[in-house]
Amino acid sequence: MTITVKITISLKDGMLDPEARAIQHALSNLGYTTASLSTARVFNVGIDTDSPEEAKIMAAEMCDRLLANPVIHSYEIEAKK
Amino acid sequence: MRFAVLQFGGSNCDQDAHHVVEDVCGVDCDLVWYKDGFSRSYDAIVIPGGFSYGDYLRAGAIATRTPVMQDVCQHAAAGGLVLGICNGAQIGAESGLIPGVFTINEYPKFICEWVHLKVENASSPFTSEYTKGDIIRIPIAHKEGRYVAEEGVPQRLLDEGNVAFRFCDAAGNCTPESNPNGSALNITGILSEKQNVLLMMPHPERAAESVLGSEDGKKLFDSMINCCEGSY
Repeated sequence: MTITVKITISLKDGMLDPEARAIQHALSNLGYTTASLSTARVFNVGIDTDSPEEAKIMAAEMCDRLLANPVIHSYEIEAKK
Repeated sequence: MRFAVLQFGGSNCDQDAHHVVEDVCGVDCDLVWYKDGFSRSYDAIVIPGGFSYGDYLRAGAIATRTPVMQDVCQHAAAGGLVLGICNGAQIGAESGLIPGVFTINEYPKFICEWVHLKVENASSPFTSEYTKGDIIRIPIAHKEGRYVAEEGVPQRLLDEGNVAFRFCDAAGNCTPESNPNGSALNITGILSEKQNVLLMMPHPERAAESVLGSEDGKKLFDSMINCCEGSY
């Protein structure tokens, strides 16, 4: 069975997000006032296993070793059968 | 004495770095393709600028996970010199050779311009030909060059002498206006704890001949060569 893991990588709280600031500015030019805006990257990874727990552990390892940089990023993992 | 310039897919300053080391400074230098690895020992390894793997994921993230980078880290751990320039600095930081990372500029666009740098440390293997406080002109060319580290780390690096270069104005003032990418404390050249690794966003190899508008970067390579000569 393949379990799809959704990994969301975000900037840690307090980290400057220049892209978000530029997007917020562009939205403001279109007339939208936004109280906050942040960006994130999503990876959908299919893992061959029956165990959502095992898939999540593997996904966390992927984040620690490549997908995220612990200096600036935090991540969230959701497993879907 | 022999230097190596490492090449990844997407490196594009490898030939410039090789030219400066071999033709301008007169030191034997090999271009080493990352898949071939190191077939002999080197006094210094230069990780050049470019866009390895198209900057996918994060600048330097993919190149960092290639086997050859383990050899670079071993070379550094054994005290060998490692110079990371621009994308090479991003790769070195991702590899943990210094604390912190280089990430997207405060104003998120590519910047290509000449900048002034203040020499903060003139006793390292990379900066001994300079004098502390020197103001030098070297170009930058990057979109992900803003130095960020955990709270307190930039000041500690500065206090402990592990900052080689900071962005400054022509008079040597390190101000927000003279900080093109928003780096912490204007820091853009960081030395490892043992000071045998220097990671920097500016391109000294583009300022090593008068025909290019500045020779200020040549002293960096001369410093490395002097350091290596001292070990023979």
